[in-house]
Amino acid sequence: MKFRALLALLAGGSLMAGCAATAADTKSASAAAPAKTSKSSRTAFPSTYKAYPSVPTAVTGVTIFDGEGGRIDNGTIFMTNGKITAIGGADTAIPGDATIVNGSGKYVTPGIIDVHSHLGDYPTPSVSAHSDGNEATSPVTAEVWAEHSVWPQDPGFSRAMANGGITALQILPGSANLFGGRSVTLKNVPARTVQAMKFPGAPYGLKMACGENPKRVYGGRNRIPSTRMGSLAVNRQTWIDAQDYRSKMNAAKPPKRDLGKETLAGVLDGEILVHNHCYRADELNQIIDMSKEFGYKVTAFHHAVEAYKIADILAEEGICSAVWADWWGFKMEAYDAIPENAALLQKAGACVIIHSDDENQIQRLNQEAAKALADGRAMGIEISDAQAIRWITLNPAKAMGIDAMTGSLKPGKMADLVLWNGNPLSVYSRPEKVWIDGALLFDSGDPSRRPVSDFELGQPGEGDVK
Amino acid sequence: MKRFASFLATAAALIAAPLAAQPIAITGGKVVIGDGSAPIEGGTVVINNGRVVAAGTNVPIPFDAQRIDATGKWVTPGIFAGFSRIGLVEVGAVAQTNDMNASGSPFSAALDVQYAINPFASPVAVNRAAGITRAVVSPSTSGSIFGGYGAVIDLGQDENPISKARAFQFVELGETGHSRAGGSRGASHIHFRALLNEARTYARNPAAFDSDLLKASDAKALLPVINGSTKLLVHVEGANDILKVLDLRKDFPALKLVLVGANEGWRVADHIAAAKVPVLASALSDLPYGFEDLSATQSNIGRMKDAGVKVAIGMINDNDAHQLRYSVQYAGNLVALNKVPRATGLTWDEAFAAISSVPADIMDMGGQLGSLKAGRQADVVIWTGDPLELSTQVEKVIIDGVDQSLSNRQMRLRDRYRNPTPGALPKAYDR
Repeated sequence: MKFRALLALLAGGSLMAGCAATAADTKSASAAAPAKTSKSSRTAFPSTYKAYPSVPTAVTGVTIFDGEGGRIDNGTIFMTNGKITAIGGADTAIPGDATIVNGSGKYVTPGIIDVHSHLGDYPTPSVSAHSDGNEATSPVTAEVWAEHSVWPQDPGFSRAMANGGITALQILPGSANLFGGRSVTLKNVPARTVQAMKFPGAPYGLKMACGENPKRVYGGRNRIPSTRMGSLAVNRQTWIDAQDYRSKMNAAKPPKRDLGKETLAGVLDGEILVHNHCYRADELNQIIDMSKEFGYKVTAFHHAVEAYKIADILAEEGICSAVWADWWGFKMEAYDAIPENAALLQKAGACVIIHSDDENQIQRLNQEAAKALADGRAMGIEISDAQAIRWITLNPAKAMGIDAMTGSLKPGKMADLVLWNGNPLSVYSRPEKVWIDGALLFDSGDPSRRPVSDFELGQPGEGDVK
Repeated sequence: MKRFASFLATAAALIAAPLAAQPIAITGGKVVIGDGSAPIEGGTVVINNGRVVAAGTNVPIPFDAQRIDATGKWVTPGIFAGFSRIGLVEVGAVAQTNDMNASGSPFSAALDVQYAINPFASPVAVNRAAGITRAVVSPSTSGSIFGGYGAVIDLGQDENPISKARAFQFVELGETGHSRAGGSRGASHIHFRALLNEARTYARNPAAFDSDLLKASDAKALLPVINGSTKLLVHVEGANDILKVLDLRKDFPALKLVLVGANEGWRVADHIAAAKVPVLASALSDLPYGFEDLSATQSNIGRMKDAGVKVAIGMINDNDAHQLRYSVQYAGNLVALNKVPRATGLTWDEAFAAISSVPADIMDMGGQLGSLKAGRQADVVIWTGDPLELSTQVEKVIIDGVDQSLSNRQMRLRDRYRNPTPGALPKAYDR
């Protein structure tokens, strides 16, 4: 929960993360050729994820939110071989041998996607031996990869699936550093290795952070950055060095590989998406100008509690804001947060994502979206239920660069979906079934379809409903 | 609650007109008494002189009552947050505005939140607007297992928030207590016993008191704990730690224990029930944050309730200073469990009671607070719908019979940035 993360942050150790996701268009503004060495890391630590077996399954008579802002009442969705095959009304054709799930009175959504999680790199139990989210030894650690910290046995993954319907999530480094390192996007499928969770074909992200956290961590050690201006100076010099590296790597005799600069060059090439933890409106704008100076694009600002103050600018720049529904007041840069942030961004035509950054709230992103929706409506902003579902499905998928594969219920996409036992925007609803690539991996009515991590095996409460 | 004319004069814009002089009748709404009984369709709530006169059907309406039509709305007692740190913090990470504990103080049990609670803190206004009207406010700990005195407060906009000062003493006896006491549970328990015994020594001859362990002020603060005139709220999560806390009454039989947290309470629920010790529990804690939380589950509260434990919802180290407005969402989630196979939730009526009458009862204030029974202090909230549902908004908040402003700086920021683009003048002129 947030309180524990904040305590850690105040101690100068592990920091609450917070960052930014990407927009739909992630092309680099630079015209230079891609650095040759980016490809080296592209093939390292490859995904070994394989979809689990599935049977052709149709959910019928169900209300469908398709993730793209559409809604079908009394709908049918059919999946086979791990893909969505058909979606439509009651007349949708279903083969005779399909397993039928009666969805009467229930709802289907795409699998819920969290663009901002630290499951695995700040797992529970939250003991210091598990504190692997911040390489807080230098303000620039672009060379670290979050996947090398992820503990697949974190019990939080199972809670996110069973209570939150999470089917994909981005694990980010924390926000102690200006350049925190690479993120990794996972399928929320239990596995022995993190490689077996890695989302096939998902691009990497780069976690960056502005504001209070880096300057507190390093200023406290009498190191740069101790100020916001110090942060921008380090940021800009780092990008200058990355540009230099990138041009040298394209020369006839490239220098030795540099892991950190390789990641930064990947951003300049438009292959790695920038997720920038940043709270205040004025700082969001500073980061936008820095991205223009160096020819890269910020995909998403994470936390962005003041995004509503510059919603017009964020809409024009095509940058997503990944926000909480209502967190506020835990530190100075979170003081002006308001519950209408998401709705005001939507009203301005900007991209909205509801994220968690929290192992407990990841279990109810649907409820957080519902609150943000309600607060918008209370101030007169008209937003459909289906649009609010998009905030936790297709929009985060876009920011993670996986929207062609998942995030909405379209034929040919991965069959990642949740059957809810009621309207997912109601406090009274919970996931009943969760399919990932068509495989039924959670069934609230079947205790054998509930993942139990190695850590919880043989412990009190093993396999409990949680 | 008292209102001062000078405050009214200077802050008139923020404060709605007082309703105290005239009876109020809220009619036509779906009335929730808050005591665990079912909601009453088309009920009436009459309040006068800051108290509930009557609530229900066939309630006579005084001829001179101001009438508030609540047709289509829900009318409930204000939400009573069972455990919080509201009013002790403005900005969490700004030390000067954070009065939860005092790591540099030589005192422990004598620390008293009543001097720190700021009724004008913005979290009070934000949570008031969300229908929270009362809260248990506890210190946290730093240098000792004891945190000091906590209070019960109202969230009214006046300058006197204290409903009950020194309502309890707070102590850590789980994993946090282990570290506060020097690194073991053996230490925290011997520390607890030694401090209480020192306090007894103090009581026998205060003038001669000279202790290496305990300051006189702290000893004085522990005396009402030992004799049971002040409750002892014990934060503890693990099943074994809970049993060891219940055992404390073998040595200190008068202790009036309340368990705080109790994530593993369901495993020893029969023991807690037999000891008649009530619990202020986390609603949605379901992860092994520490090894004391291994079997944490959202079904904890429901299972303890079924075992006969008196249990209310608290915000234990969970958004405890800023987000008491989560109380209704958490209660709603416990209702949701009823549709989940093998889970144990609360009925709607029980869930609402867990954030109204039950926490008031646990603090021995159920006769004054926490429900719309006749004679209770009139904390009343009117909602657009089911108060536990996410789409519902608060329409009116009355505390001690006084209509409250729902304005706060979040709303002001919202309104300023309804359209983010500056107009003829900068945003700073837009008020």
